[in-house]
Amino acid sequence: MFAWSLELAWLIVLLPFAAFALIGLFLHRWPRLSAYLSILAIGLSFGLSVLVAAHVFLGGMQETFEVSMRWLAMPGLNVDMGLLIDGLTAVMLIVVTSVALLVQIYSWGYMHGDPGFSSYYAYQSVFAGAMLGLVLANNFGQLFVFWELVGLASYLLIGFWFGRHSAKNAAVKAFITNRVGDFGLLLGILFLQIIFGTLNFSGLAAEVAGYTNTAILIVVSILLLAGPIGKSAQFPLHVWLPDAMEGPTPVSALIHAATMVAAGVYLIARAFFIFSATPEVMMLIAVIGGFTALFAATIALVQNDIKRILAYSTLSQLGYMVMAMGIGAMTAGMFHLMTHAFFKSLLFLAAGSVIHAIAGEQDIWKMGRLKDKMPITTWTFVIGALALAGIPPLSGFWSKDEILLGAFAGGYTGLYLLGTLVAFMTAFYMFRLIFVVFFGSGKGVEKAHESPPVMTIPLIILAVMAVIAGFVGSPLMDYAFARFVTYPGAVHYEASTMVIAISSLVAIAGIGLAWAIYQKEWINHLQMRERFSGIYTLLYNKYYIDELYHWLGQRFVYGTAKALFWFDIYVVNGLVNGLAALTGGAGKVLRYTETGQVQTYAAYMLAGVIVIVGLVVLAGFALLI
Amino acid sequence: MIGFQHYLLLATILFAIGIYGVLSKRNAVAVLMSVELMLNSVNLNFVAINRYIVTDQAVGQLFALIVIVVAAAEVAVGLALIISIFRQRKSVSLNDFNLLKW
Repeated sequence: MFAWSLELAWLIVLLPFAAFALIGLFLHRWPRLSAYLSILAIGLSFGLSVLVAAHVFLGGMQETFEVSMRWLAMPGLNVDMGLLIDGLTAVMLIVVTSVALLVQIYSWGYMHGDPGFSSYYAYQSVFAGAMLGLVLANNFGQLFVFWELVGLASYLLIGFWFGRHSAKNAAVKAFITNRVGDFGLLLGILFLQIIFGTLNFSGLAAEVAGYTNTAILIVVSILLLAGPIGKSAQFPLHVWLPDAMEGPTPVSALIHAATMVAAGVYLIARAFFIFSATPEVMMLIAVIGGFTALFAATIALVQNDIKRILAYSTLSQLGYMVMAMGIGAMTAGMFHLMTHAFFKSLLFLAAGSVIHAIAGEQDIWKMGRLKDKMPITTWTFVIGALALAGIPPLSGFWSKDEILLGAFAGGYTGLYLLGTLVAFMTAFYMFRLIFVVFFGSGKGVEKAHESPPVMTIPLIILAVMAVIAGFVGSPLMDYAFARFVTYPGAVHYEASTMVIAISSLVAIAGIGLAWAIYQKEWINHLQMRERFSGIYTLLYNKYYIDELYHWLGQRFVYGTAKALFWFDIYVVNGLVNGLAALTGGAGKVLRYTETGQVQTYAAYMLAGVIVIVGLVVLAGFALLI
Repeated sequence: MIGFQHYLLLATILFAIGIYGVLSKRNAVAVLMSVELMLNSVNLNFVAINRYIVTDQAVGQLFALIVIVVAAAEVAVGLALIISIFRQRKSVSLNDFNLLKW
C-alpha cells in the first residue's frame, strides 16, 4: 500500500543529518530558524517512518526489505551501508522519530533563552540521524559506525552545559565507560568478519545456523554483549547513566531513557540469532539483566534527586528488557522497549517541567503539593508512573506482563520472582516520588507555575501513548506486535491469569505502601531510615560502586601511571641526561689540552704523525691502501 | 763514497733539528727559521730521490723549486704576521700569543 515509502526510507536518516549540517555550518546564529529546521527534519522523518510502518504492519509484509551499497572495501573487510526494514526496524523507527519529535518540540520551551540553543538543536539532529541510521543498519559495520555516533551525540549533550564541572565530568565518564563496552563490541564484530567473512545480518544468520564450534561462538557472543552492556548501562558498566542526568532534561528523556540506551537491547534483538545459538550466553544475559533490574531498583528506593530516581528506574527497566532477551522472550523485550520509551520519556519530560517550574531544583524534599499549581504535569506524570508500575490496562502492564509470563512459563522461576519483586519496588519508588513531589503534606513551592503549551502538549501526547501503546501487544488485539517483531522458533505462551493477577496486585501493593508512608505518614519514613541506617547508607551511596571504581582507578591506573612516571623520569630522562653529562664532562676534561700555545698543537700533530707512521710500519703498507 | 743513504740521513737530521726548533723555541722568528729548515730537508729528499731513483725525469728538482717558491712566500706572510703581532704586543715570544684557548 505504501510500498513507495520504502524507496524513500534513506531520507529518514538523511534529513536529520542534513539539518545538523545546515545548522552547524550556516544557521547557528539564528536560533529560532535552527530549531524550526531541526523540528521540520525530524517531523518529516517521523512522517516517512509512519508510512514505512504502515506498509510493514498493514500490508502484512513478511519478507524484509533490504538495499545495500559498498562503503568500504579492503582485502578481508567489506563494510556496506544499507537499509534493512522489517517489523523490528519499523517499531524502532516509530519509537525513535516520535519521541525525538516530541522532545524537540518540548525543548523549544525548556531550552528557551539558552545561549547554546542552536547547537542544542544541531546535536539533537545528529543524534536523531545517528540513531535512525543504527536502527536501519543492515550489517554490523554500519551499525558500529552509527553506534559510535550516538555515543558522540550523547557525550555532547550530557556535557551541554560544559561550564558546570559536574556536567563536564559526567560527559567524560559516559564516554569512557561506553568505550569499554564498545571495545568488546568492535572485537566481536571483527571476529564475526574473520570467522564468517560477512557482516550482513541475514548473511550471518545463515552462517551462524550452520556453525558448530560452540566455544568460539560463546566468546564472540560475550564480546558482542559488551556493547549492549555499556550502551544499555547494564551492571557493571551502569555507572555512567545516573551521572548522565547532568544533561538538559529533554536530553535525558530522549537519549538516556527512551532511545539510545535502548540501542543495546535493540542490538541483542537484531543479533538474536547469534546470542540464542548458545544457551550459556543467554543465561548470562538473563542474569545480568535480572541483576541490574533488582540492583538499580533498590538504589532508586532511597534517592532524593528527581532525575536520579528516574535514571535508576531506567536502569532497572533496561535490566528487565535485557533479562527478557536472555530468557528468549525477544518479542516481549522489544515490546517493553517500545512502551518504556513512551512512558519513560513522558516521566522525564514531566520531571523536566517540574524542574523548569521551580528554577532548577531537583531535590524531591524541596518540592511538594505541586498538583494544584501544575495540574497537567502532575496528571501526565501520574499516568506515566502508573504505566511504569504496570497497572492495567496501561501500556507498561502489558509489556511487563509479557516478560514475567515469559519467565514464568519458560521455567525461569527465580527470574520470575525477581521480576515480580522489582515490579513491587518500581511501583513503590515511583509513588514515593509522586506523593512527595505532587501531593504530600508539604507547604508547597510558592513560585511554581504550569509550563507553557509547547511543553505540556508533548506531555499530553506521550501520556496518551503511554496509555494505548500497550494494546498492540495485548490479547485484545490478538498479539499484533508479536506477529511482526519475532524470530524463527519463537514460542508464544498463553496469557496466565495468575501472572497477571500477581503482578497487578504487587504493583497496587507497592503504590499502597508508598501512599501509607509518604501520603498518610502512618509510618514515619525518617524513623525507618534511622532503624535501617546501614542498608540506607549502602543504597544511598549506590553500593559504593563509583567509589570502588574510583579506588581501582587510583590503585591501578594511578599506580601504573606512577611507575611509568618513575621510569620516564629516571630511566628515559636519565639516559638522555647521562649522555649529555658524559659529553659535557669529557669536554670539561679535554678542554685543558687546548692551551692556546701553537707549539703544543704542533706537538700534538707530531705525536699523531708518529702514531700513524708507527701503525703503518707495524701493520705494513697494506693499511695505507 | 757518499751515497743515497747519506742524503737521506742528512735530511732526517735536518728535519729533526727543525722540529726541535719549532717545538722548543719561544721566539716566533726562530720558529719560522726552523720551519725553513724542515722545508729544506724535504727539498734535499726530493732532489736525492730524483737523482737515485727516478733518473729519467726532473720531477723531484721541479718540486724542490716549487717548495722554495712557496717557502719564500710563506716567510713573507709569516714575517708580516709577526711584525703585526709585535706592534700589538711588543713581543715576539710565542708564550704571549695564547689568546685562542679554553
